[in-house]
Amino acid sequence: MEANTVAVSHRGLFSRLSARLFTTDHRAIARLYFFLSLGAVLLGTVLSLIMRFHLVHPTAQVGWFARVWPVGASGGVMTPELYLSLLTLHGTIMVFFVLTLAPLSAFGNLVLPEQLGAGSMAFPRLNALSFWITALSFLVLLASCAVAGGGPLSGWTAYPPLSAVGAIAGPGEGAGQTLWFFSVGLFCIGALLTSVNVISTVLDQRGPGMTLMRMPLTCWNWFATAVLSMLSFPVLLAAGLLILLDRLGGTSFFLPAGMLIGDEKIAHAGGSPLLWQHLFWFFGHPEVYIAILPGMGIVSHIIATFARKPVFGYRAMVAASFAISFLGMLVWGHHMFISGLNPYSAIAFSVLTMAIGAPSAVKTFNWIATALGGRLRLTTAMLFALGFVSIFVTGGLSGLFLGQPEIDAYFHDTYFVVAHFHLIMGIAALFGIFAATFYWFPIMFGRKLNERLGKVHFYLTFIGAYATFLPMHFAGFAGNPRRYSDFTTFDFLQPVMPLQKWITHAAYFLAVVQLVFLWNLARSIRSGDRAEGNVWESTSLEWCAETPGEVVRGPYEFGPFNTHVTEGRDFRMQNER
Amino acid sequence: MLFGFILCVLTLAGCLLFALPPAWFPPSITAEAVAWDGQFARTLWICGAIFVGAQLLLAWTVLRGRTRHQSNKSGTMSHGHRGLELGWMTITAALFLTLAVLGSRGWARISTGTAGKEVIDVYAHQFAWTFRYAGPDGIFGHTAVEFINDSGGNSAGLDPADPAATDDITAANLRIPAGRDVLLRLHSRDVIHDFFVRELRTKQDIVPGMEIPLELHVDKPGSYEIACAELCGLGHSQMRSLLIVMPAAEYDRWKQTR
Repeated sequence: MEANTVAVSHRGLFSRLSARLFTTDHRAIARLYFFLSLGAVLLGTVLSLIMRFHLVHPTAQVGWFARVWPVGASGGVMTPELYLSLLTLHGTIMVFFVLTLAPLSAFGNLVLPEQLGAGSMAFPRLNALSFWITALSFLVLLASCAVAGGGPLSGWTAYPPLSAVGAIAGPGEGAGQTLWFFSVGLFCIGALLTSVNVISTVLDQRGPGMTLMRMPLTCWNWFATAVLSMLSFPVLLAAGLLILLDRLGGTSFFLPAGMLIGDEKIAHAGGSPLLWQHLFWFFGHPEVYIAILPGMGIVSHIIATFARKPVFGYRAMVAASFAISFLGMLVWGHHMFISGLNPYSAIAFSVLTMAIGAPSAVKTFNWIATALGGRLRLTTAMLFALGFVSIFVTGGLSGLFLGQPEIDAYFHDTYFVVAHFHLIMGIAALFGIFAATFYWFPIMFGRKLNERLGKVHFYLTFIGAYATFLPMHFAGFAGNPRRYSDFTTFDFLQPVMPLQKWITHAAYFLAVVQLVFLWNLARSIRSGDRAEGNVWESTSLEWCAETPGEVVRGPYEFGPFNTHVTEGRDFRMQNER
Repeated sequence: MLFGFILCVLTLAGCLLFALPPAWFPPSITAEAVAWDGQFARTLWICGAIFVGAQLLLAWTVLRGRTRHQSNKSGTMSHGHRGLELGWMTITAALFLTLAVLGSRGWARISTGTAGKEVIDVYAHQFAWTFRYAGPDGIFGHTAVEFINDSGGNSAGLDPADPAATDDITAANLRIPAGRDVLLRLHSRDVIHDFFVRELRTKQDIVPGMEIPLELHVDKPGSYEIACAELCGLGHSQMRSLLIVMPAAEYDRWKQTR
């Protein structure tokens, strides 16, 4: 690959650029994914700020709204349909293009092959294809908001009939919703190809001596994530194709007989709206773990490295990852407790859901036990990893409310749920991404991110995340429904407005402090401290300067060894005899 | 150091939020809703204890680990402890499954038929509610999509040719008698809506193509807001109605005068 890059550098700018873009080098692809999700997360964050502004100033006239959305905000006042299309775009971007891409596709590509002693992914060209399909999917998603009628307004869950009957159900439900389904379908294909690649790499490409039980926990969790992706994305792809057939081909998979929308009789008959929910959540719940499992692996790895201690209960951590994945495939019904599903089934889904608490508790206790009694090096990566544990506990506990069908019947579709999944899926996964970014930045760009700026960013983000999402649970206590474009109609929402204003201001704060990170990133890519070799005194193979050779030991050998090889050092790399 | 300190402050702030809540539940008006409050409180105490315990343990771990780093003391080494791991897994599993079992007691959603109940049809549509009562003959007349005419006041689609339908009462607010069993039959003609009354501590999706029963029994008269709680389109946040619980005699009189 090095030789290739040198060869093309003599040619023009275009060929140099295309060599960068159309690469099959897994680290270069990792960087492409990293920047794609970075762009996506910036857009998604801006959308959320606009929404938060609108919720507390529903009648405000904003000049630039009218310029950006001449139809959706003519006169500068945001219409409900524009709000809902921003909501749909925010959810889609964050779930797919941030939380799915960054943890697995970006960081998995970056270090998985080296951590395994493999040198490259199993299918480099398939890897490039995955990225390009994903990038195309992102463009189609953006296009869905630029067509007549605007973007779809059915949320990232796209429940039919709203999403299946076309523009009569609302503006944005025409061409916008069709393109949205195409975008998600493309994303499914990209994610599926990535998962096949990761699974093959883990199973077939491990270097000499790298037995499965010597793999770093990062690899185990990417593997579990890829298995979940492989099992769940095809289901969403199939569901998306079926709903496109309903929309464009006159079929009735999700549309029952006797529907009347506006004044128009719907000619479909025989379908079931609940079928979509089954298919969607059969994907959608594993998706939560697709977003969070890589973060769990990264956090285990980083806590051990900076506590200078072996991971407490390595085998239990591996087992817990697979227990969570397995149970995660069986609990989709807890999104449907009040959907009209047979109430008896709720009990089964509830017990299975609550059971996920057990392996999650093992993870949490083992993280703390890993750090407990260690000599902690509180680098920014370590702070984000510890912050992850704190957020994971807080966000996970609200799941114990939602896992009970009776309790869920009140909280379903309220801000309690919004607070729950933003903490456990959004913020926790983002902390994993931040931890990984600080930890592996030397591998990505040959330099270190600035630690001082990093710590400032961590503390402000940690406080901002709690300040935004902890009070949000209380809006749920008051029964505040989510996905409302304004809170003006209901009397019971008026006392909640001061709280909503607080949340909006906390969200502004949380977003603004991310500028510290962006500044750090922009500065460090160009002029950060040069970092070569084993920057953090880690044990895993991605930090080897040369080809690692044979692996002879497990991944987390930290501690006072006092042998002649490790004189003055408290760790042994996996390939060190 | 700072991180440990922030964790402690944060745990305190979390507890303070519950001592001085910025928003809270409305009063509960059914026996089920009262039981709901009990199960919520049980879950809250358990989760609250775990929250405080885990955050403070994390804080203590960081504070201790930092001191150790600075005093250059060597760390304690452990690759794990199977007994401990099995222990905390068993304890949490037992705790969470107990919650699941306790939580399922209040999940009595299987409808037991119409006998002895005040039956009311609920029709949700973009973006309004219509409620239908059987009228003086006690019979729900025939309805069909063809007859629906929102501007003409026939949102339920009553068949003008059916005498049993012509005396049916339709209304924009849901009036129910206090102290009687009420059975709501939920219908939607277009997209998925959701019937949500906070004081009942429950909600139920309304799905086109399905008739979903919801039973309630409210003793105390009063007026409560009905909100749609499933994204149904651009008017979702405006889809409001009222649940008006009337003294039974007054309710009977209201039905007769309609």
